[in-house]
Amino acid sequence: MKNAYLLSGGTLADGKRADVFIADGVIVEVADVLKHPEVALAKKIDVTGCKVLPGLVDLHTHLREPGREESETVLSASRAAAKGGYTAVSAMANTFPVADTAGVVEQVYRLGQSAGICDVFPIGAVTQGLAGKQLAELGAMAQSSARVRIFSDDGNCVFDPMVMRRALEYVKQFDGVIAQHAQEPTLTQGSQMNEGVVSSKLGLKGWPAVAEEAIIARDVLLADHVKSRLHVCHVTTAGGVEIIRWAKARGINVSAEVTPHHLLLTDEMAQTYNPVFKVNPPLRTQGDVEALREGLADGTIDIVATDHAPHPAEDKECEWQNAAFGMIGLESALSIVQKTMIDSSLMTWETLVERMSIAPARIAGYFDHGRAIAAGVSAHITVIDPSRNWRVDRDLVASRSKNTPFHGMDLPGCVVATFFRGIPTVVDSKLVRLSGSGSE
Amino acid sequence: MRHLLSISDLDKNQALSILDTALELARISDAPVKKLPTLRGRTIVNLFYEDSTRTRISFEAAAKRLSADVINFSAKDSSVSKGESLKDTAQTLQAMGADAVIIRHSASGAPRWLADSEWISGSVINAGDGTHEHPTQALLDAFTIRKHLGSSTGDLQGLHIGIVGDILHSRVARSNVLLLSLLGAQVSLIAPPTLLPVGVESWPAKISYDFDSVLPHLDAVMMLRVQQERMQDLFFPTAREYSHFFGLNRDRMALMKKSAIIMHPGPMNRGLEITAECADSARSVIVEQVANGVSVRMAVLYLLLAGSTQEQGVLQ
Amino acid sequence: MSVAMPAVDISRALTRIAHEILERNGGAQSITLLGIPTRGAHLARRLAQSIATIEGVPTTDIASGTLDITMHRDDLRMRAPRALMPTVIPPAGIQGRHVILVDDVFFSGRTIRAALDALGELGRPKSVQLAVLVDRGHRELPIRADFVGKNLPTSRTQSVKVHLMELDGVDEVIIEEEVQG
Repeated sequence: MKNAYLLSGGTLADGKRADVFIADGVIVEVADVLKHPEVALAKKIDVTGCKVLPGLVDLHTHLREPGREESETVLSASRAAAKGGYTAVSAMANTFPVADTAGVVEQVYRLGQSAGICDVFPIGAVTQGLAGKQLAELGAMAQSSARVRIFSDDGNCVFDPMVMRRALEYVKQFDGVIAQHAQEPTLTQGSQMNEGVVSSKLGLKGWPAVAEEAIIARDVLLADHVKSRLHVCHVTTAGGVEIIRWAKARGINVSAEVTPHHLLLTDEMAQTYNPVFKVNPPLRTQGDVEALREGLADGTIDIVATDHAPHPAEDKECEWQNAAFGMIGLESALSIVQKTMIDSSLMTWETLVERMSIAPARIAGYFDHGRAIAAGVSAHITVIDPSRNWRVDRDLVASRSKNTPFHGMDLPGCVVATFFRGIPTVVDSKLVRLSGSGSE
Repeated sequence: MRHLLSISDLDKNQALSILDTALELARISDAPVKKLPTLRGRTIVNLFYEDSTRTRISFEAAAKRLSADVINFSAKDSSVSKGESLKDTAQTLQAMGADAVIIRHSASGAPRWLADSEWISGSVINAGDGTHEHPTQALLDAFTIRKHLGSSTGDLQGLHIGIVGDILHSRVARSNVLLLSLLGAQVSLIAPPTLLPVGVESWPAKISYDFDSVLPHLDAVMMLRVQQERMQDLFFPTAREYSHFFGLNRDRMALMKKSAIIMHPGPMNRGLEITAECADSARSVIVEQVANGVSVRMAVLYLLLAGSTQEQGVLQ
Repeated sequence: MSVAMPAVDISRALTRIAHEILERNGGAQSITLLGIPTRGAHLARRLAQSIATIEGVPTTDIASGTLDITMHRDDLRMRAPRALMPTVIPPAGIQGRHVILVDDVFFSGRTIRAALDALGELGRPKSVQLAVLVDRGHRELPIRADFVGKNLPTSRTQSVKVHLMELDGVDEVIIEEEVQG
C-alpha cells in the first residue's frame, strides 16, 4: 500500500469518535479502533480534538485564469482552496477569453489537473461572450473532457427571459443546471451598494433587493414551466429566501447558495468607504443576514459557496465607485460558517457537511466528492480544529490577491489538514503540496 | 479634531464655535488690510477633481486671508488613467508638505478614503464628495440663516427650513439636513418622489410632495439645482412639469412669510428651479451666501490648523 | 494665596488712571479706549465711565470698545486653537486717534505685541498707549506700560489673577503659588 496515512484521535461529523486509515487514494477503514493489518505502517497524524469531515466542495469561485493571472491563477487558487479545506472547486466562466467553448473549458480543466492540489471543474458560460443574447455551445462543453454540467454567466445576469427559458430547456438533454446570477441590469445601472438607509446617508447609488428577487421569482416560474433544474447563485436577501422556500414547497427543482460573507457582514460596513466591502451582490441588512442564516439552517438554501473573487490592489485601493466588486473567501469560508452557524447553535456539524460538501457535489454531479467518511470512498478529507482560533492576515493568504474583508478578525476553527485523493495538501495548517502533476 | 469630512463629525457646540468664529472673522472683510498672520507658513492644497471655480476661489480667499500659502491642483476625475490615482496624488502632496488638503471629488467617500489612508498626515477638508456631503456649504448656509433669523439662544431653534429639489443627488441637502437639525431647526424636504432617496424616512426631516402647502410655514427656502440630464434618467417627465410643481416663481414667493428668505447654493438654473425674479428679489440672500462662505471657511481653517494637535481646545 | 489688591484699591487705582489719561492727552476728545478681552474689556468700560464722570459728559461720549488679539498671538501653534472674542471698534474709530489699550495683567508683553499687530491692520492711530491694572514684571519684549494700577513684583512660579465683579462676583487681585506637579 502506498501513501498510507492514519488520522488518529478525531471525531466525525456526527460526533462519533473514529480513526481513519487512508491508502492508495481511498479511505480503507474507519473505526474507533482500527483493525487493518497495515495500519502500523501508516504515517500517523494526530488529530485529537479535531473534526474529520469530507473534503469541501465550492460551486462558485473565480480563478481568473486565463486572462487575469495577476489576480489569481488556477494554481494559486488551488492552494487557497486547500488551505480552506476544499478538495473540489468549480471555476466560473467569466475569464478572458470567456469559457464559452469546449476549448477554453478543457484548458481550465488541464490547468487544474497539472496543479494537482484539488479538483477544478470548469463552469461553462450560458451565452456567447456572457452577452446574454445567443446560447453558447453548451452541448460541446458538456461532452468535452471537462464534462461541464453547470452553466453560468455569473458576473452577468441572463436577463432576457426568452434566453433563460431556452437555456433551461436545452440543458435537460445532459442533466445540466443553469446557475443564475440574479441581477436585473436596468435597476442596477451604476449601483454601488445595497439600497437602503445606509446608502441614502453615504451618497452611494443603491442596488435594490428587488433587482435580485424579481429575477429569482421569474426564473423559478420558468424552471417550473419547462420542468428543468435551476440553481440560484449567492442569494442575499430575505425576500429571495422566501421566494425559494415557496418554490420548493411547490416542488420546483431549484437549489440555492449563500456566501460566507453574506452570513456575517452588512451594508453598515460601507460606512468607511473601504472598497474591500464592495461586492456583487452587495452586503445587505441585518434582517437579510438573519433570514439567510435561517434559510441555510432549514435547507431552503442548499449550499455555501464562496464566490471567491480575487482583485489586484489597484482595483481596491481607490475610491469606492472606481473599485472592482468582489472578495476572496476560500481560506476563511469554513471558519465563517462555524462562527455564524455552528457557534450560534443554528446548525450541527452534520448539517454543515451536507451544506459544504455533500449537497454541492450532488447538485453538480461530482460523484467522487461529497461522500460521507466511510471505507471505500476517495480520500477527500478536511480536518478542522473547532477550538483553535486564528487571525486573518491578508499578507499571509495563499491567494495572489489580498482583498479579504476579514483582515484582522479573529475567527474560530482552524483547518489543520486537507487530503486530496489520499494525498495531504495541508498538514499542520500549512500547505505541504505546492503543486503536482496530475494524479499520483 | 483633525478633519472635516461630514457634518456628523461635529457636535452642536463645535458647529456653533465655527459659526461664532466666522462671525468675528467676517469683520476682516471690512478692515482695510484683509489679512491675518494666523496660518503663515502653512501650505494648503486645493485638490479639485471636479470643476468648481466658486468653491475653490472661496477656499483660496479664506486661506490667503489667513496668510497661508495656497497650491491649486485641478485634476480631471480619472477612473480610466491609473497613473492619476488618488493615492499617487496624495503621496505627492504629502511629500510637498501639505498641512491641509481641501478635496472636491465626484466619488462619494473620497475624502474619507484619503483621511483614513496613511498617505496624508495633515488635515483633510471635504469640499464636496459625489452625492455624499458638502459640510462647509451647510455651515455657510446655517451662518446665513442665523444672521437673518437667529434666536437669542444662538442656534436655529424654532425655525422651519425647507429644502426643495433634487435631494437624491444632493450633497448640499445631506449636509444641511444634518446641520440644521443639529442646530435645532425643523427641516422639510420637498421634492417629487423620484428625487427622494430610499431610506429618507430615517433622516431627521419631514417629507412633502406639495410645495404650496409647506411654503407658507417656512422661514427659509433653500432651492437646489436640478440638472436637465435628470430628465433623460426618467426622474421627471419635462422641465415644464418640474417647474410647475417645484419651481420658485412670483406666485409662490407671494405665499412666503414676510420675513422668510430665499437661498440657493448655486449655480442656479434660472427658469428651472428658480425664476430670475425670485433670485434677484429683496428676500434673496444668494449673493450674501457667497460672501459668508469665505468667513466660514476661514473659521474652519483656523480651528483645524492654527493650533497644535496635541491639546484639547475649542473643537475637541 | 494672598490678596494683593482688595476692591477698594482697585477702585482707587482705576480712578487715578482715568485722571492720568485725561492729563496726558489733554482731555477725552481724541482718545479711544480698547480693552483686551476678557477682563481688559471690562476694565476699559469702567475707565470710560470714570472718565465720563470726571469730565461731566455722558459715557456714550467716550470712545470705547474691545480688541481681540487671538489671531495675532505668537504661541498659536503651541496650543489648540482658541475661541475668538469680539472685536468692537467704536464709531470714532482709531485713525489718527490716541488709542489706549487696556489689560488686566501686564506680564511678558506678548499680548500687547499681538495687540499692536492687530491694531496695525485696522488703521493708523496717532499714538498707542497702554493702561494696565497690574504690572507683575518679567518682560520678554521691549514693551512698557504708560498707566499702571499697581506694580506687583512676583516670582515666575507665582500666578496673578484679577477677579472682577462683572465676571467673578468680586473685585480683587490675588497671587497664587503654582502647584508643583
